Amino acid sequence: MEYVIEMLNIRKEFGNFVANDNITLQLEKGEIHALLGENGAGKSTLMNVLFGLYQPEGGEIRVRGKKVDISNPNVANDLGIGMVHQHFMLVENFSVTENIILGSEPTKMGVTNKKDAAQKVAKLSEQYGLNVDPYAIIEDISVGMQQRVEILKTLYRGAEILIFDEPTASLTPQEITELIQIMKRLIAEGKSIILITHKLKEIMDVSDRVTVIRKGQGIGTVTTSETNPNELAALMVGRQVTFKTEKGPAFPAEETLTVKDLVVEDYRGIAKVKNLNLTVRKGEIVGIAGIDGNGQSELIEAITGLRKVKSGNVLIHGKDVTGMKPRKVTQSGVGHIPQDRHKHGLVLDFPIGHNIALQTYYMAPISKSGIINYDKITEKAEQIIKDFDVRTQGPHEPARALSGGNQQKAIIGREVDRNPDLLIAALPTRGLDVGAIEFIHSRLIEQRDNGKAVLLISFELDEVMNVSDRIAVIHDGEIVDVVIPEETTEQELGLLMAGHADKDKKGGKHSVE
Amino acid sequence: MSNRVTNLLVPIVSVVLGLIVGAIIMLVSGYSPIEGYAALWNGIFGDLYTIGETLRQITPYLLAGLAVAFAFRSGLFNIGVEGQLIVGWFAAAYVGVAVELPKIIHLPLAILAAAVAGALWGFVPGLLKAKFRVHEVIVTIMMNYIALHVTNALIRTVSEGGDRTERIFTSASLRSEFLENLTEFSRLHMGLLLALIMVGVMWFILEKTTLGFELKAVGFNQHASEYAGMNVNKNIIMAMVISGAFAGLAGAMEALGTFEYVSSKGGFTGIGFDGIAVALLGMNTPLGVIFGATLFGSLKYGALNMPNAAGIPIEIVEIVIAVIIFFVASGYIIRLLLLRAAGKKKEAK
Repeated sequence: MEYVIEMLNIRKEFGNFVANDNITLQLEKGEIHALLGENGAGKSTLMNVLFGLYQPEGGEIRVRGKKVDISNPNVANDLGIGMVHQHFMLVENFSVTENIILGSEPTKMGVTNKKDAAQKVAKLSEQYGLNVDPYAIIEDISVGMQQRVEILKTLYRGAEILIFDEPTASLTPQEITELIQIMKRLIAEGKSIILITHKLKEIMDVSDRVTVIRKGQGIGTVTTSETNPNELAALMVGRQVTFKTEKGPAFPAEETLTVKDLVVEDYRGIAKVKNLNLTVRKGEIVGIAGIDGNGQSELIEAITGLRKVKSGNVLIHGKDVTGMKPRKVTQSGVGHIPQDRHKHGLVLDFPIGHNIALQTYYMAPISKSGIINYDKITEKAEQIIKDFDVRTQGPHEPARALSGGNQQKAIIGREVDRNPDLLIAALPTRGLDVGAIEFIHSRLIEQRDNGKAVLLISFELDEVMNVSDRIAVIHDGEIVDVVIPEETTEQELGLLMAGHADKDKKGGKHSVE
Repeated sequence: MSNRVTNLLVPIVSVVLGLIVGAIIMLVSGYSPIEGYAALWNGIFGDLYTIGETLRQITPYLLAGLAVAFAFRSGLFNIGVEGQLIVGWFAAAYVGVAVELPKIIHLPLAILAAAVAGALWGFVPGLLKAKFRVHEVIVTIMMNYIALHVTNALIRTVSEGGDRTERIFTSASLRSEFLENLTEFSRLHMGLLLALIMVGVMWFILEKTTLGFELKAVGFNQHASEYAGMNVNKNIIMAMVISGAFAGLAGAMEALGTFEYVSSKGGFTGIGFDGIAVALLGMNTPLGVIFGATLFGSLKYGALNMPNAAGIPIEIVEIVIAVIIFFVASGYIIRLLLLRAAGKKKEAK
């Protein structure tokens, strides 16, 4: 068996913390090898070791059978290792070619020679079926296309081994299918791929073998065709995991949230939410499915009072809260798990206990006549840390020091503990691993079963399908259709999200112009 | 190297390095560093009188440092402490001169006037920042010039063409016979006590009140504060008003304690600007401000003795003092160097 890359018994320490302990990963030529692990399991550390950003304390790396010392990323480049980053590193107002040659511009008598480069890019694009226009400007092309530019960048630099870091995080279902085609084409052309992910479905669809790591430990390598998602999840988390969150039927009652003809503009005065109508009833979960940037953020910010409403109304229990200050909206019974937990959800430099008190610090029993009783904050924080299984050293640990999943559990604890009538959960599981996702989903369903209304915004179709009782599909600031999860498919949702509404199926106010 | 050792070593190494570089500067300029530093030492701790004067010098630095630190903790950069101090100085002196009242009313009234004047001077940039997002650095710098020239004009008016006001009535004075007797008739006054109480006030506001919780939250993350229903604009204004009040009190120290009058100025006092360094040296904590103000006040006052006792020109003295403070402030770099040295040693093993 020929291995293009062997990472043998890699050990990486940071002070007393062992990030990688005795991990072995062997990449065969021409295979797609998935690297699976929870957040913080040590996937990125391992890849950074391979990329020369970290030096391991133990173990050895072999490339094509030869022991190598990858002391910096340039060495990795020369060895033919390329990385397709999760967050694209592209200059928005440059063309595809300009982005690809950036940093190693070919010159002809001192002048950048873009023409030859563009031809080379076009040739590569054709060879791998990427269908990229070398002269297109980055900001004009779709996210999926931008990712292909990232792939081209590594190929242009002669990569034989490609590392994909969470490549499907921001893609639509159709784009994911296309990406899988591209990866298979790359393999057919003799490349080898390491795929970093915690999405089991993708692994089953595309990989040949899987290496699992858990809490920095190498758990082992399995052949994909001989395993199943349940086994993989159990290997990754270290216990049995249920995927389909247990969920009884919904018993929706009266309307809790009513959004009427809502129009919201961004700072440039461009309408992001256009005459949007939506209702969420007591005892149901309504999922909003859509591609990032179709007005979801603006909608939530308008409901919660964080953004000005241009026209239309937001009603909670029939009471008009349009244009009210965030605290007033909160006090009318709204809990909000914000989309960006670092920007809105947490004061990262505050202790986690302070963060848990962020919505209640001014009220009794914590505050009395303007004086805060920090013991009460600690008390409350300890209770929520326990109830919501937040893994932390205690209420006094800075929020920054917690892992993403535990930060999110603290936020959910804070919002759910106030027992709001309407819980808005925006991307509540973004970047989290299966264990945390399972926990959060069951909490959302528990809220519903307690007779609360839940509004879930997600870019993950699986999540929307599994958790929601009704799915409202948003496209370009409008709800284009409302469907029942049991009566739809991911394909149909994907088309609706991309704006291809089925015009024959229905009329009324939900149709597209 | 353990953390505790590093924490202890950094300030010591910083001061020693500062002293060494200062000594080199004195040497190459042709003066004796030993005589120079002896003069500095005697200028700070020489006798009871100099100790009293050093403490007197520390007093306004304490309040100026608190003003800067308080704004910093709320995420604002108050460069306007100088101007707020100047208007506070004038307001206190004016109240001290204009009326004669029983001490129990007059002194608090004069102090209050200084705080209100400083607060008002802080309110303007706070309001502009909150309502129109005008950067507070620009506004406060400009407010400094306005303060300087407006008070100069007012002093001329009040003194009918003169360049200083009358001496304040003793009923408004912070001076105390007890402190004067204790320190061989230095100008040490009760203001030091007030400044230390204010250190406690700042700590109380930040660590014990709902307002302090909000101010700190806004200082760290405005987005999350807004999400949590805090009124970000109100907090920005409050932070500038309280900061300005501290600065105004620093002015009261000069008006009611050190000088007992206000004279028109050709330029800034520098105390407000040094307050920035005091706050940063003290890492913007109340206790840290005590440390920063002590360092600044001592060096500034002690340095006055160097030209007289060691014959070193004032220009060289100022360079030496600046170098010492520079090295203390560079603690971060020194920490980095120490850690790197420790790392190298480990690797070599």
